[in-house]
Amino acid sequence: MKSSQIANLIRSLLRQPQSALGTLLVLFFLLPALFGPQLAPYANPNDQSHDARQPPTLDIGALQLGEYPFGTDRLGRDVYSRVILGASSIFRIAGLGTLVSVVLGSALGLFMGYAGGWVDEILGRVIDALLAIPALLLALVLVGIIRNLDFAAGSWQAGLADNVVLLVISALYIPIVARVARSATLDIKTREFVEAAEIRGESKLYIIFREIMPSVIPSLVVEASLRFSYAIFLVASLGFLGFGARPPSPDWGLMVNENRGGFYQLTPWALEFPALAIAVLVIAVNLMSDGIRRSVQKGA
Amino acid sequence: MSAAAPLLNVDKLTISYRIKRDWIPAVRDFRLRLGPGQIVGLVGESGSGKSTVALALMRYLSGNGRVESGGLLEFAGEDLLAKSNVDMRRLWSKRIKFVPQNAGAALNPSIKIGRQVTEVLKAADGIEGKAATDAMIDMFHQVNLVDPERVAERYPHELSGGMQQRVTIAMALISNPDLLIMDEPTTGLDVTTEAVILDLVRGLIADRHTGVIYITHNLGVVAQLCERVLVLYAGEIMEEADAHDLFQHPHHPYTRGLINSVPKPGQSKYQARLQSISGNPPALTQQASACVFADRCPLAIDRCRTEKPPLERLPAARLARCHRWEEVDAVAQPPSKSPPIAMGGDLPTSASDITPLPSLWGKGPGDGGATTLMRVSDLSKQFPVAATLREALRRVKPTPIRAVDGVDLQLRAGQTLGLVGESGSGKTTLARLIIGLEQRSSGKLELLGLDVRNSVRERSPDVLSHLQMVFQNPQNSLNPYLSARQAIRRPLIKLRGLPPDAADAEALALLERVNLRAEYAERYPDELSGGEKQRVAIARAFASDPALIICDEPVSALDVSVQSAVLNLLAQLQEAHSSAYLFISHDLSVVGYLADTLAVMYLGQICEVGEARELFQPPYHPYTEALVSAIPVADPGHKTERILLSDNLPSAQNLPSGCRFHTRCPRKIGVVCEQEAPPWREGGASHRIRCHIPLDELTTLQSDLVAADLAPAAEDS
Repeated sequence: MKSSQIANLIRSLLRQPQSALGTLLVLFFLLPALFGPQLAPYANPNDQSHDARQPPTLDIGALQLGEYPFGTDRLGRDVYSRVILGASSIFRIAGLGTLVSVVLGSALGLFMGYAGGWVDEILGRVIDALLAIPALLLALVLVGIIRNLDFAAGSWQAGLADNVVLLVISALYIPIVARVARSATLDIKTREFVEAAEIRGESKLYIIFREIMPSVIPSLVVEASLRFSYAIFLVASLGFLGFGARPPSPDWGLMVNENRGGFYQLTPWALEFPALAIAVLVIAVNLMSDGIRRSVQKGA
Repeated sequence: MSAAAPLLNVDKLTISYRIKRDWIPAVRDFRLRLGPGQIVGLVGESGSGKSTVALALMRYLSGNGRVESGGLLEFAGEDLLAKSNVDMRRLWSKRIKFVPQNAGAALNPSIKIGRQVTEVLKAADGIEGKAATDAMIDMFHQVNLVDPERVAERYPHELSGGMQQRVTIAMALISNPDLLIMDEPTTGLDVTTEAVILDLVRGLIADRHTGVIYITHNLGVVAQLCERVLVLYAGEIMEEADAHDLFQHPHHPYTRGLINSVPKPGQSKYQARLQSISGNPPALTQQASACVFADRCPLAIDRCRTEKPPLERLPAARLARCHRWEEVDAVAQPPSKSPPIAMGGDLPTSASDITPLPSLWGKGPGDGGATTLMRVSDLSKQFPVAATLREALRRVKPTPIRAVDGVDLQLRAGQTLGLVGESGSGKTTLARLIIGLEQRSSGKLELLGLDVRNSVRERSPDVLSHLQMVFQNPQNSLNPYLSARQAIRRPLIKLRGLPPDAADAEALALLERVNLRAEYAERYPDELSGGEKQRVAIARAFASDPALIICDEPVSALDVSVQSAVLNLLAQLQEAHSSAYLFISHDLSVVGYLADTLAVMYLGQICEVGEARELFQPPYHPYTEALVSAIPVADPGHKTERILLSDNLPSAQNLPSGCRFHTRCPRKIGVVCEQEAPPWREGGASHRIRCHIPLDELTTLQSDLVAADLAPAAEDS
C-alpha cells in the first residue's frame, strides 16, 4: 500500500460514524493493554488482600471510580484491576496469532496462486478439508493434544506449549488467509504487467513479491482485520471453556467461567464486567474491520 | 432538413453529476434537433459526455445525475422534463428505445431470446401469443437473423456478438419507436460485423419514420451512416453540421484534428506523419471560463483563454463554437512538425554478424539490404479441451482447439509486419507464442538466426532483451504500485545490466524520448491518462533496445486524438532504434499506416501476405477484400460497395474442411473450395494469396470494386 492509500484508509475510517466508533473503542481498549500495570490500582492481579465480595463502587453519573470500581470477587481480588490487566493478553494472543497467520497464510496463498497446476490443486484440497472442520472444535482438539504432551520445563517445546492458544489461532487461520491471498493472486497474475515481468525474465520470487504482492495487500488488510476480530472471540471462548489461560491468570474468558453458576448469585459483577469487556471489544473490532473493508473496496 | 415539427427538440440543456457534495456540470448548453427518419451522429471521445446526453434525453440518469432547470427537452411537442417516471416508462416501452453498446450484458442470460423480444411487444402494444410470435419472426427476418425460429429458442450466450446486437436492434424496432438512441452499438464488434450492422441500421431506418441518435467515437461510422453530426468535447458541442460539409470543411480545430488523426486506408508512415491533437482532455471539474479546447488547440489565441466562445450560427445551417472558425478551413494545415519516416534504416548492431538469408519478399520500401530478423516456420498451437463425461466414458479424445495452425512468417530487421484478422483468428495467440507466454505445440522460431526456445523461462537473457512487447490495455500493462521511473528502470537493470544510478538517468532519458516530461517520472499509473500510460509502456519495451517489439493492439484502447500521437511515436522510435515491429490490430487502416508487410490471418492460418500497399489493391484474398471493404472511411463521399460477410465465425475446434474461409466466402467457386486446401498463389515477388481462384481472375473480379480510391491514399486530403 502506498502511504496515500493508508492516509485515505484512516480518513475514511473516521468519516463513517460506525467505523469511527469502532476504531476509537479499539484504541481505548489498547490503553489498558499497553499500560495495564500503570493504570490498574493494584498491579498484582492476584492480590487477595481486599475484602471479598465488595459491590462495585463505580458511579457513572458522578464520574467517580471509588475504591473498587468493579467490586471484588469471592477471593477478595479487585475486579477492575483484573480486567485492566487481562487486556494485554487478549490483544497479544489475538494480535500475534493474526500476524503469524496473515504472514504465513499470504505467502502460502501467493505461492499457490502463482504456481497453479497440481501444487495448487493438492494444497487447495487440503485447505478445503481443514476448513470443513468447525474452528472451535479443531481448536479444542489441538489444545487438548498439545497440553497433554510432556515437555521438559524450560525447553523450547515447553515455551511453545505455553503459547498454545497463539499457535492454535495461527494454525486455524493460515488456510483461511491463504485462500483469500490465492484468489487475489489468481486475479492479478493474468494482468499484463505480470506478463511484462515474465518476458524480461524475472524470477518467480521477484514476480510474486514485487509485482503481485502490492496489489494483493489491500485484500489482505481486510482479511487481517476480520481475522483479528474472530481471534479475539476465539481467545475469549477458549478461556471460558477452560482451554486457554489457566487460573489464576486474569483472562477475561476465564474470569467469566470462574464466576458463573452459584458464584454468580454472590458476585454478579465479577462475571458481568469481564463479559461486558469481551462484548464491547468484539463489537468494536467488528465495526472497525467492517469500515476497513468498505473503504478498501471503495478505493480499489 | 425536416420541415415538419421536430421529433426531438433540445436546447440549453445542462446535465450535472454530484461529486461528493458539489454538482459538477458534465454537459453544458447542449442542443439538438432531430426530425423523423433522420440519423444524427453524436461524436466524442471517452469522457466527452455523449453517453450522459443519451441517458438525459431518455430521462434515465442515475441518482447522482440531474438535468439543470432552464433547459428545454421536447419530444414530439411534449415536455419530457415535466413527466413523471410512470409516464416515462410508458414512453420507454413503446416510443423511445435504446440500443446499448454491450448487447451481451443487456440481454437477460436466463431467458430465451424469443420471450425477451415478445415481452417488449406485450409491454408496448399488449400484443401476446401467436400475434406476438409472428411479429417477432417477421422482425428477425428484417434484421437478417438466419433461422429466426431457432434463434428465438436460444439463450443469449448461444449467439455471437453480432447476432446479439441484431436481437437488441430487433427488440428496439419491434415496437415501431419514434426515437431510437444507439450508444456505440458496433464498438465491441469486428469490422466485418460492424459493416453488416451499419448496413442493416441504414436499411431499417430508411423504411421508417424513426429518428435516430447514433453515438460513437468512430468518425468513419458517422461518415457512412449519419446525415447530420454533432461533435462533443468536454461536455460542450464544438460543431454541428451536415455530415458532408463537416468532413469536407470542418469549422472547428477539434473536428479538423479528429478527422486528420485517423489514418486513411492505404496511408503509410512513409508519406506523412499523422496529425495529432496534443495534450489531454480537461478534467470534468475544471470549470472553464475559456474555450474548453484552448489548451490543445493549434489556433488558440489569447482571446480563447479569457473568453468562452458562443455556439455561433454559421451559414449553411451550421453551428460552431470557435472564435476563429472562419480561419480553420482557410488556414493551411500546419505543416507537421517532423518529417515522415525516411526509407530504410540501419541494421541493429546485433544483427550485423548474422549471415543474410535469401529474402522471400524482394525489394520493398526500406529494403536497404535488411536481414531477416525473425523467421517463423510451421508454427502451431493447440489448446487441449477438457473431455466431457460422455467423451471420458467412451475414451474419446476431444478435438483440441487449433488456435494457430502452421504459420510461416518472416520479418526483416527494422521493419514492421502487420498482422490483421477478426477476433478469434489466432493473431494474439501467435504473438504470445513468439514472445513465449504460450508454449508452441510444434514449429520453429528463429530470431537473429538463432533458434528460440519455447518458453520465456528457458530463453537466454540475450533473446529476452531482443524480444519485447507492448500490450493492448494500458490500464493493466503497468504495475499500479510502481512509478513510471521504477517501471522503466527495471528492464534497464535486468536486461541491459546498468547500475541503479545509470538506470535512473537512462529511465529519464527514455521518458523524454516518449515525449513525457521529467516530472512524470515519479507518477504512478493512476495519475496518468491512457495515452500517457501507453507511452510509459512503450518506453519500458524500448529500454532493453530490442530488435523486435510485438505490439498487440497498442492503440485500440485509446481515444482517436491520442491514438495518432502514439502511432507517430511508434514510427519515430522505430526509426531511431531500428527495431522491428510485429504489429497486431483489427484496424486495417492503423496497421496499413505502420506496416511494411502485412499478413492476413483467418482461423489460425495466414491467407494472404504481401507489401502493405499491395494489400489495398486487387488482387485480394476474398477475405482481405471483405476486410478492406468493411473499413468505415471517414469521408461521406466515399461509398464502397461493401462485401458483407455472415457474422458467424466457425469454431476453431471444428474447422471447415478445404479452404477455411469457404463457409463465408462470397467468391466461392464450388466443391473444390470445400474439399481441397487452397494453394499458395504468388503474385509478384512478395505477394502471396492462398486461394483456389487464380490471381488474374481475382483481379478482374475485384477491379469493379471501388478499390481505386482506396489504394493510393491521401489524394483527397
